[in-house]
Amino acid sequence: MTPTGNDNATADNVTGSGSSAAGLAATLMPVGMEVNGMTVALSLDPRTTLLDAMREHLRLNGTKKGCDHGQCGACTVIVNGQRINSCLTLAVMHDGDAVTTIEGLGTVDDLHPMQAAFVKHDGYQCGYCTPGQICSAVSVLKEIAAGVPSHATADLTATPTVTRDEISERMSGNLCRCGAYSNIAEAMVEVAGAEA
Amino acid sequence: MKAFTYERATSPEQAAAAVAGRDGAKFIAGGTNLLDLMKLQIEAPTHLVDLQDLGLDKIDATRDGGLRIGALVTNTALASDDRVRAQYGVLTRAIVAGASGQLRNKATTAGNLLQRTRCPYFYDTNLPCNKRAPGSGCAAAEGFSRQLAVIGTSDQCIATYPGDMAIALRLLDATVETVMPDGTGRSIALADFHRLPGDQPWLDNTLAEGELIISVTLPKPIGGRHIYRKVRDRRSYAFALVSVAAVLHDDGTGRVAFGGVAHKPWRSEEAEALLPQGAGAVVERAFAGAAPTDDNKFKITLADRTLASVIAEARS
Repeated sequence: MTPTGNDNATADNVTGSGSSAAGLAATLMPVGMEVNGMTVALSLDPRTTLLDAMREHLRLNGTKKGCDHGQCGACTVIVNGQRINSCLTLAVMHDGDAVTTIEGLGTVDDLHPMQAAFVKHDGYQCGYCTPGQICSAVSVLKEIAAGVPSHATADLTATPTVTRDEISERMSGNLCRCGAYSNIAEAMVEVAGAEA
Repeated sequence: MKAFTYERATSPEQAAAAVAGRDGAKFIAGGTNLLDLMKLQIEAPTHLVDLQDLGLDKIDATRDGGLRIGALVTNTALASDDRVRAQYGVLTRAIVAGASGQLRNKATTAGNLLQRTRCPYFYDTNLPCNKRAPGSGCAAAEGFSRQLAVIGTSDQCIATYPGDMAIALRLLDATVETVMPDGTGRSIALADFHRLPGDQPWLDNTLAEGELIISVTLPKPIGGRHIYRKVRDRRSYAFALVSVAAVLHDDGTGRVAFGGVAHKPWRSEEAEALLPQGAGAVVERAFAGAAPTDDNKFKITLADRTLASVIAEARS
């Protein structure tokens, strides 16, 4: 990866939006982030989403662009410890933030436990949604452990537990067109070490 | 996305002045709705003022025994707060009934109040919409209106306010505190915050140009059973066809507000006074004067059945 990013990219080929009607030349802005533990310094058109910064500027292509409107979850990354849709946030809003993408969770030789569990339980078919599923799945288990409630939580004053209902509800922002949902849930249950 | 410039605000007053002093400027907080609309060029701000550095992300107890929620408190943080879970359960329930975990981690309290309608004709820039393009007409009135409003509509707009959180805030008599561009502030009852479409459907709320929400305040807790029941086309991550927010007391009295039915959270204090008589009486009063379409008249029946179910749950 190129830590300084593709500074020669123009606004048009970064955002794919064509030349603006007003003919405004985009003013590039400096953005510094820690991505997968590495300090990066970019110079970006303010229109650049965090997703496009990862894929087009840092060449971290693990994070996927599905709908680009926050409906599918393929772009899910972890920012300052919380999963978000990287398509619905601007890179300039994340100056100083710590971003973890699928490349930062594990490697081919050293899989994250959730990645290993997805392999074991066949938690994917085509694999396009998988990086977002895994970033989300890792975060969901942390959210449950931290006591964040969900629509499936029966008692709001109790600490939620890892159940199938909790997993299904909390993963509803990640669509899988191949329908690997039940195997994804199996993988999550195994990682959680829970009987559910 | 159209080109824009970007700055990070340094104080609420500076932010308000920065937006008021510049044509086409907008605030950005979580950005989950604004950026979606900017990609579609339904929104095309020329300048964004980012509010993330203003310290408006705290929940504090008020002297009156309530809670003051900073404008930038995320949906997740608000829903997870122990005081909210224990004493304002309907608010946590409403928040977690909406959107996805990823979105709730980014979406903010003020931004959620300001989210725009999901009327499909508002979203389709090839079709008329008085909210998106004033004066162009309303394609929804004779179009697919199953999701749209049944009451408080006008001949110019039948859009709904789409959110869940605001239905609970309306039920709890929340107020919205703001800062004006001149540095003065005011407090707006949530009942008066969202407006009906009337002949200006492009105005979703009563904020002035550049007026910035800094907090939302809850009065002291009112006890009772807190229930939020959302009926939707799929089990999770979908907007409401009808939702019911309720606080019900053992003596049969309580409060009720409806979501998914109007351009604002729909609560009638006269109607909820009829709660001891059952769901039918409340819905008949709350929806008096409704003007549904053939496609969405089912929502009134659904509201009746959903409230009946909520009342049964409270008594169980």
